[in-house]
Amino acid sequence: MSDDIRSIETVDESLMADHGNVGDAAFRGISTGSGGIIMVILAAVAVFLIAQAAPAITTGDPRYGNLWGYVAPYLFGTIWISFLALLIAVPVSVGIALYISHYAPKKLATPVAFVVDLLAAVPSIVFGLWGITTLAPMLVPAHQWLTEYLGFIPLFSGTASGTGRTMLTASLVLAIMVLPIITSLTREVFLRTPKLQEEASLALGATKWEMIRQVVLPFGRSGIVAASMLGLGRALGETMAVAMVLSGGRMISPRLLTSENPNTIAANIALGFAEADSGGVHRLIATGLVLFAITIVVNMAGRLITGGPRKESR
Amino acid sequence: MSTPANDPRAAAQHEAEIHLTAGQLPGYIGPAVFVVALVVSATVLGLLGAFGWIATVLLAVIGFLVAMFALSTAVEGRRRAVDRIARYLILGTFLLALAPLLSLLFKVASEGIIRFDVTYFTSTKRNVIGAGGGAAHAIIGTLITTGMATVFSVPVGLLTAIYLVEYGKGWMKRVITFLVDVMTGIPSIVAGLFAYSLISLMVGHGSKSGLAGALALSVLMIPYVVRNSEEIIRLVPDKLREASYGLGVSKWRTIVKVVLPTSVSGIVSGVVLAIARIIGETAPLLITMGFTASMTTNPLPTGGSNMVNPMTSLPVFVFYEYTRPGRPQEAFLDRAWTGALVLVLIVMVLNLIGRWVARKYAPKINR
Amino acid sequence: MAKRMELKNLNIFYGDFKAVENVSMVIEPRSVTAFIGPSGCGKSTVLRSLDRMLELTSGARVEGQVLLDEQDIYAPRVDPVRVRQQIGMVFQQPNPFPTMSIRDNVLAGIQLNSRRMPKARKDEIVERSLKGANLWNEVKDRLNAPGNGLSGGQQQRLCIARAIAIQPEVLLMDEPCSALDPVSTLAVEDLIHELKENYTVVIVTHNMQQASRVSDKTGFFNIKGTGTPGRLIEFDATEKIFTNPSEQDTERYITGQFG
Repeated sequence: MSDDIRSIETVDESLMADHGNVGDAAFRGISTGSGGIIMVILAAVAVFLIAQAAPAITTGDPRYGNLWGYVAPYLFGTIWISFLALLIAVPVSVGIALYISHYAPKKLATPVAFVVDLLAAVPSIVFGLWGITTLAPMLVPAHQWLTEYLGFIPLFSGTASGTGRTMLTASLVLAIMVLPIITSLTREVFLRTPKLQEEASLALGATKWEMIRQVVLPFGRSGIVAASMLGLGRALGETMAVAMVLSGGRMISPRLLTSENPNTIAANIALGFAEADSGGVHRLIATGLVLFAITIVVNMAGRLITGGPRKESR
Repeated sequence: MSTPANDPRAAAQHEAEIHLTAGQLPGYIGPAVFVVALVVSATVLGLLGAFGWIATVLLAVIGFLVAMFALSTAVEGRRRAVDRIARYLILGTFLLALAPLLSLLFKVASEGIIRFDVTYFTSTKRNVIGAGGGAAHAIIGTLITTGMATVFSVPVGLLTAIYLVEYGKGWMKRVITFLVDVMTGIPSIVAGLFAYSLISLMVGHGSKSGLAGALALSVLMIPYVVRNSEEIIRLVPDKLREASYGLGVSKWRTIVKVVLPTSVSGIVSGVVLAIARIIGETAPLLITMGFTASMTTNPLPTGGSNMVNPMTSLPVFVFYEYTRPGRPQEAFLDRAWTGALVLVLIVMVLNLIGRWVARKYAPKINR
Repeated sequence: MAKRMELKNLNIFYGDFKAVENVSMVIEPRSVTAFIGPSGCGKSTVLRSLDRMLELTSGARVEGQVLLDEQDIYAPRVDPVRVRQQIGMVFQQPNPFPTMSIRDNVLAGIQLNSRRMPKARKDEIVERSLKGANLWNEVKDRLNAPGNGLSGGQQQRLCIARAIAIQPEVLLMDEPCSALDPVSTLAVEDLIHELKENYTVVIVTHNMQQASRVSDKTGFFNIKGTGTPGRLIEFDATEKIFTNPSEQDTERYITGQFG
């Protein structure tokens, strides 16, 4: 008897129009608001950066002229080192991705993918430490050899750095750091290659490599490009590894092996911020704004190529 | 059947037929040639007086590839030779990526173990001039800032993910999805500049604090949380939601009682992995938090003078110990390496936990 | 071209599971041989073992001999790649390469072996193969259009053209019409009739009418129950199989009592 009454009450309660709706409206409001917070944050990032950068944008500095004069060498360094890093990382990443997707025995594929993911997990400061203490000294002989025998090539000209803290070393470290991103994305694409296409190629008497060239690589081409763009986005913004490994300054020079290298925007900010005077801080923030703009463009391009947003790492 | 004599195609076929059982290099030939190439390469470089590990291996690899290509072309034909070289190169790329990882882990472990002692975790660097002292203040600083960033990011990120999956439609959904993508691409140093600018304008120029660092980390963490959670929540099958609606349960209760519990392991795993990603961040904290040798537990920019209340985080500690060592230098470098080791351990453990949670507690959803 | 194939005591395993047991048969050149039987009886498995495509499935293993004329394709030192150049395959789903034009699809196999072939010779091969697949008239004006822009039946004939472009000895077809509409099916069946003038054709089909329409000889495969290996129950002239089979199981199957 009392049970009946209670159940009637419950029904009544849930039928009362506004009861569930109040909760619903509130919850919808909160989650929509959170989405809104994202918009606010990004707007804030832009607004505050612009506000703090404004003094440097509007007023020049006798030493550098306008902002462009200041940032140009760093911009060059940023783009140059990222380009070099990609040049190294993309072929290696595609190779690893192919190894995981098509060559490694099934039992090995997952651990191998895990190892590559471990590379992504190592903090950049640790890469910096390793680069400056292990890789750079290890590469000094290579620097000397290259300048001695291949010095006629402009990129390898100049006096070899005695410390190895050069564009070559830094771009290698950067390449290792972007490798996992590019690998995991291309691996996903390669794994999605239709089995039927692969069989069609093999049935025509293609060897495994011919099958990969005929089917897997064409299928994955846009994926590789998109992954490279996202890797580029990461490389452009990487700070600590470059700041520690590269012995950089304010200059434009494409040479890979000397001790005089253009610094990157990000590393320049990290290294210069603590000591900068008020004008210097504004100037650094303005360069950060430039970096922000470039990475947005690069990331968007990468996403457009994949045919939509979504799909990143992991 | 046309006679092979007057049909050139048949003749070609006949030739192919002979080759059906074409030559094949035995399995041991690859390793054998590689060993030979190593020995030859080491000898040649040794005689030239230019012996070095990298050079030896590099030369050996080139020699190996050339020799194998020649051998294989002669015995197996050009196409098989190309296939073989491609296979070696692809395996080579993997080993190439493995080498730096192993080298790095070895270096960090062997250098970091030197100061991996109790003092390191219990004392600060306050009043420490040379050897001794520890990074307790930096570890606490990292825990505080990362903890705050997590507290800021998880609700915003999770609720945004819920919005995107359960409520979002039209332009606002598209805009937010786009902005999350943009946010994922923000360089960490820019996030640091943003937090610095924000706090500077609100509190005072040059203000440094744990709060500013946590804000910077939040900007980096939120998009990870959104993405991971969104992906997981999307995996919850619609039939579960419909079953709940069918029982007359309202939408928000369905989300809270059905959708979230179903995906909780994935969400937790995503949050853990997001923490692993930001806990090693250095650049933004370098700009926003300042640097101190003492323990700071108050993250607000109020404690110190001039709105500067510096707090050290572990990565920043590593950076300064390495780049601005005092005397004896070794003591500073050792402290830096131990910091790096601690960071790597934390990140590895978080990664393992993240994966373990995802696997262990994954609900069995029929996709 | 067109060679004879002989299967001798063929056993096929997936890991520890024996999928096919003790199959022996002779496949005559310039004829169409059909494999029929209920799902899971191993007929596709046997077919895929004939050009060593089977070993692409991990764990798959073959015992016994498959002779192509006198050569055992499972003998040691035989290169599966070369086997597949001589034994072509057409799949259940039409699978032209989506990134290639119609012309490049036809040439896909040729280009593996002879890269520097004069254009005129390539044109000749494209035309001959497409004509051989009864597709020439439909696509001759758009050879550079993408291959996956064709209809399903055209795509399947393109795949046949691609397979015969390298002039194989034997052509294997794994349910080539199961994804096609009736009109396209008829077109492909007509083509199979013509193909047997030059090739040894082996076709797996679910469709008994199709087997009776296109084949000279028919092999009926069956399993006793789930988990037991498939066996070749009866192998004889198609007419005999469909009118007067020797085995009771065959009769029950072709009269639609199971399968």
